[in-house]
Amino acid sequence: MEIIDILLAASFWEAAIRIATPLIFGVLGALICERAGVLNLGIEGIFTAGAMAGWMAVWLGAGLWGSVLVAALAGGFFGLIHAILTVPLGLSQHVSGIGVTLLATSLSYFTYRTALPDVSSPPRIEPFRPLDIPFLSDLPFIGQALFSQTAMTMLALVLVFVTGWVLYRTPLGLAIRAVGDNPSSVEAQGLSVYGLRIGAVVVGSSLMALGGAFLTMSAFDAFFFGMINGRGWVCIALTVFASWRPGKALIGALLFGAFDAFQVRLQTEVGAFLPSQVFLMMPYILSIIALIVVARKADYPKALLVPWFKGQR
Amino acid sequence: MIRFEPRSNPSPLLVYGVPVLAATIAILLAAIPLALAGAPIIEAYGLMISGAFGSVFSTSEMLTRATPLILTGLAAAIAFRAKLWNIGAEGQLYMGAMAAVAVGSGVIDGPSWVMIPVVIIAGMAAGALMLIGPTLLKTRLGVDEVVTTLLLNFIVLLFVQMMLEGALKDPMSMGWPQSEPIIDSAAFPALLERMRVHIGLLIALVSAIALAIFVKRTVWGFEIRAVGENAAAARFSGISVTKTMILVAALSGGLAGLAGVSEVAGTRGYLATDLSPGYGYAGIVVAMLARLSPIGVIASALFVASVFVGADSMSRAIGVSSYLADLIVAMALLCVLIGGFLTRFRVHFDHKSTQG
Repeated sequence: MEIIDILLAASFWEAAIRIATPLIFGVLGALICERAGVLNLGIEGIFTAGAMAGWMAVWLGAGLWGSVLVAALAGGFFGLIHAILTVPLGLSQHVSGIGVTLLATSLSYFTYRTALPDVSSPPRIEPFRPLDIPFLSDLPFIGQALFSQTAMTMLALVLVFVTGWVLYRTPLGLAIRAVGDNPSSVEAQGLSVYGLRIGAVVVGSSLMALGGAFLTMSAFDAFFFGMINGRGWVCIALTVFASWRPGKALIGALLFGAFDAFQVRLQTEVGAFLPSQVFLMMPYILSIIALIVVARKADYPKALLVPWFKGQR
Repeated sequence: MIRFEPRSNPSPLLVYGVPVLAATIAILLAAIPLALAGAPIIEAYGLMISGAFGSVFSTSEMLTRATPLILTGLAAAIAFRAKLWNIGAEGQLYMGAMAAVAVGSGVIDGPSWVMIPVVIIAGMAAGALMLIGPTLLKTRLGVDEVVTTLLLNFIVLLFVQMMLEGALKDPMSMGWPQSEPIIDSAAFPALLERMRVHIGLLIALVSAIALAIFVKRTVWGFEIRAVGENAAAARFSGISVTKTMILVAALSGGLAGLAGVSEVAGTRGYLATDLSPGYGYAGIVVAMLARLSPIGVIASALFVASVFVGADSMSRAIGVSSYLADLIVAMALLCVLIGGFLTRFRVHFDHKSTQG
């Protein structure tokens, strides 16, 4: 198969969008936190918690959308821990984030193991099914690539526009962006810096958890140990690559998804010549390269990582 | 309304008491998941204590587990001192282990007093290089080292897997992806007969003391602390921040690499992809519990190792998931963070509003 043939196949773009979906949730979540001035390295653990909580809710008999809400609440809970430690208490965002990742991951694993003590093959749930939208799903190419994804992918795409609209078209978005650049100016306007930052971290963390939930409730139908496999960290890199903009986040995630889908197909073509691990490394290497490319002109939110205390001038 | 007032001079009781208190609270909080799992709580705690300290064997196991934790704890402590956010100790550990196997599984041979230093130097160099790369990217190009070191953990593990299925594969391993064993002359001797605890523990203890002296008593150590406290001021006073960062990277990566050497040459005897159950990440907790003090790292590594070994043994006895240990360790990290805040600030609860 020629490279052009791979790139022109609808199934390729279908896979690319599917791979991109959890990253879209994750990058949106990360950029909301960082726009408000808080780096959230809890992301990897929050992905795990969302994947576990969403999956378990379905397994216990909740509806799919109810379970998505459960996942979002789980993410919000861990986000709140991170927010309290880093915003009013002003503790190291790096260390607190790693702590939240360790906590959320171990709590998810412990809960899973306690609920299912000795299952060798994980029980499966009935996940989100591919959509079948009248007319749209039958369109050539785009019908398969885009309109036959699951509802969670549609939710991710909608959230890109919602996040962009809130951040750039509403007073709330203006306040969130300002609190990540110059918190004192926000306080001077009578708004609560703590409230905005905590709110942004909780909402951002809920979105991250949806990325995890997508994996167990849409891409796969079971929960595995280690299934997040660095996707959260990739999102942190993509956030820088996307210059903290929802539109660019979508493009970055799609590029990443396309590359990942491409390397899987390449593997079947030239896999005989190279060890499979070389291909598996590529997403991580690509993330590092993306960071290096944008490093010089990366325009970090000015108050990112800088704690701010009430009454500070 | 709650106010935080900085403490000018926290008492030593507070400074040393807070980590102990944080660890205790984390252990006590574990009662909640234990209760939810329906386990007999008192019995579970008893089993954890006897699992870590109940016999010479269990204590030897605990010390064996503490050895890599001291080293990765030191790796995190020295890096975080300089505000170099090395979250990549796990990858550096594996690179160190791989370098040790590459030179220590029969390619060269000699007496133990030659071979043991050779595997140590190879492993430390490999670990150091793994961190110097991201550090140069940070100082030269401004690439955030948190993400690069984190992502490198995944890359290294895949690389190790690749090597174990290729160049480093043991032809005698019946298809299991594992390396050839470390030869006898390069293996770390055991400290006690028929026990697993090995001289890696002594090496780790000596490293901790040496690092403490280095940080406290040498010019380089002073420069590291200065860069960590205020990089701009350090640069202004003529300290080369880049050079200091690279020195820190070499030390931190080297120590993490040494943990890998100690695990292959002392504990395991060969390299496999399950060599470390997350020692690199746990090292961050160890360092934070120790408040980044090298000597404190010894104490906190012993604590974390006891939790792991104790929870493993409890898990085998009454069937509660051993992920409880990871949970306790994570809670200890968050508790000590909050504790660190309380040593720096006094909390006031005012009944009247303080506006005006």
